[in-house]
Amino acid sequence: MSTRFDVELIAVTKRYGPTVAVDNIDLRIPEQSYCCLLGPSGCGKTTTLRMIAGHESVSDGDVLITDQNVTNLPPAKRGTAMMFQNYALFPHLNCVDNVAFGLKMRGVGKAPRQAQAHEFLGLTQMTAFADRLPSQLSGGQQQRVALARALITKPKVLLLDEPLSALDPFLRGRMREELKRLQSELGITFIHVTHSQEEAMALADLVVVMEGGRIQQADDPRHVFDRPKTAFVARFLGGHNLVPRDGGTELAVRTDRCRLFAIDETVEPSLSGAVSAIEYQGTRVQVTLDTDLGVRVVSHLPDEEFYVHPFHIGDRARLGWSHADAHPVIAN
Amino acid sequence: MSTLPVAAGGTARAVAPRTHRRFDFARAAAYFQAAPLAIVFLCFLVFPIVAIVVVSFFDYDSVQIIPRFTLENYRELLFSKVTWETYLNTFRFAAMTWAATLVVGFTLSYFLAFHVRSTLMQIALSLLCTVPFWTSNIIRMISWIPFLGRNGLLNMALVRLGIIHQPLEFLLFSDFAVVLALVHLNTFFMMIPIFNSMMRIDRSLIEAARDAGARAPQVLWNVVIPLSKTGIAIGSIFVIALVMGDFITVRLMSRGQSASVGLMMANSISLLQYPAAAANAVLLLILVLGMIAGIVRGVDIRRELTGANPGGTATNE
Repeated sequence: MSTRFDVELIAVTKRYGPTVAVDNIDLRIPEQSYCCLLGPSGCGKTTTLRMIAGHESVSDGDVLITDQNVTNLPPAKRGTAMMFQNYALFPHLNCVDNVAFGLKMRGVGKAPRQAQAHEFLGLTQMTAFADRLPSQLSGGQQQRVALARALITKPKVLLLDEPLSALDPFLRGRMREELKRLQSELGITFIHVTHSQEEAMALADLVVVMEGGRIQQADDPRHVFDRPKTAFVARFLGGHNLVPRDGGTELAVRTDRCRLFAIDETVEPSLSGAVSAIEYQGTRVQVTLDTDLGVRVVSHLPDEEFYVHPFHIGDRARLGWSHADAHPVIAN
Repeated sequence: MSTLPVAAGGTARAVAPRTHRRFDFARAAAYFQAAPLAIVFLCFLVFPIVAIVVVSFFDYDSVQIIPRFTLENYRELLFSKVTWETYLNTFRFAAMTWAATLVVGFTLSYFLAFHVRSTLMQIALSLLCTVPFWTSNIIRMISWIPFLGRNGLLNMALVRLGIIHQPLEFLLFSDFAVVLALVHLNTFFMMIPIFNSMMRIDRSLIEAARDAGARAPQVLWNVVIPLSKTGIAIGSIFVIALVMGDFITVRLMSRGQSASVGLMMANSISLLQYPAAAANAVLLLILVLGMIAGIVRGVDIRRELTGANPGGTATNE
């Protein structure tokens, strides 16, 4: 990990009257990284993004961008650019003028700014639509224009507010690849707000899981998935069974590391219960077990393994795992 | 997208022969639904205008209208220097009032739309703007007289403060007073459509502009004004139409020293020269319609009236 950081948040807090939207968070985002702020709605991720952008004032703490304290600077002086959730394209301007807007505000002449705008429309494959108004474009096309508009000011950090949530699943997949490609090609930091753990896993170098205005865990995706720190992270990412333990902790075990055994087999550690649901999911079979402890656990079994000894709904069974796959997490 | 209407048209043509012979209830219902408004327009707009046009070609003497076709009314009107001077003066009032109401109306709307945060406060303040409309136009005008008069409040205050030594004469019964009263009476009609346009501007566009480095005046010029254009156009139509036809404000506030087209017509009518007034009304109507056509050409007013979302998205690729 490099020692320089593109973005640093130091004890940043955002209060709206008595409510605390973001509660004293610290975060360091290494240079040229793809960072995803992940969490359910209302967790403070968008507020955090808007504070980095300068569209929301910071109640307490400092925001540093490439080692410069920008807490009190206006958005355009921070070296950031934001892509808005609804794209926020100017409806009265065509694509070229939308993209060239930032240059116009900086006093760049008409010919050079339009030439550059065409260049950036080319970067997002929108050259063919240069003369269209935003209302004549589809959602995916509008997003490409918005992306070009954000990039033309040559930001050090690009901020993306739920950029893929308005697209259909097919386009979402394509845009996801394209965002990742752009980020590595341009060599700048992207901070991407999302509520989709799948999106965060696919894109991020650094996943920041937030809940209740606090950071639950910030790490690379494999660490977050393999070693969730809190029960919330395990639940939110999915694919984990949470087994209660004494002393305010729970055990998190990946569902694909759990196996099903006949009820009379001696397996340690294990939970006994009744099969309550079976779903065939193509490459795997999802078996849900209502345990005698009262918690519901899931096992994802490779399909060929399941069909050798199939279970049926109502069967008594035992869910087992190896000690190495179980990690204590903070219950919350 | 372009293939869709063709396909729909084709289908309609294919089934047309069968439905043609039967009584078309859907079509009849549509006409029936449009009828009340059509009747209202016919009775209160079309018939009166037709009557005015017809009367404008009638002859008259000092006691009666003579229903006999003549072009004399128009000849007298169009070849008189007084007519064109009066029209010029009315245009001048309209232009000054338009400029002033635009500046004041735009500023007020901007304040209401972008600086007042709570919706409740917005509603309360816009209701406050309607308070003057609870009294009649005449009262609102007359109340300027004790304020602006030679020994009025303003002159007295200025003299007492030592800012001036002689009372200002131009304040009342002057073009200044006329325009002031016209602005006072009509700013509301400019403000409301502009406010309406501004409320439709997506707030994230302002943020996007700021994000792209626009300073406050640049946001105003490059985003807010272009997106308020339809409101400005509608407000301008209201104000121009109202001022071009005004006679009472000009009469009261200039005490007969200024002329306007409306006043000219009122004078003709008081002399029972209805056909002359009618010819004048037709000329005024043509000129005002021409001005409105000029405004409408520049702006897509239909979008504002139908409430289509200017930031709307084309659905299919």
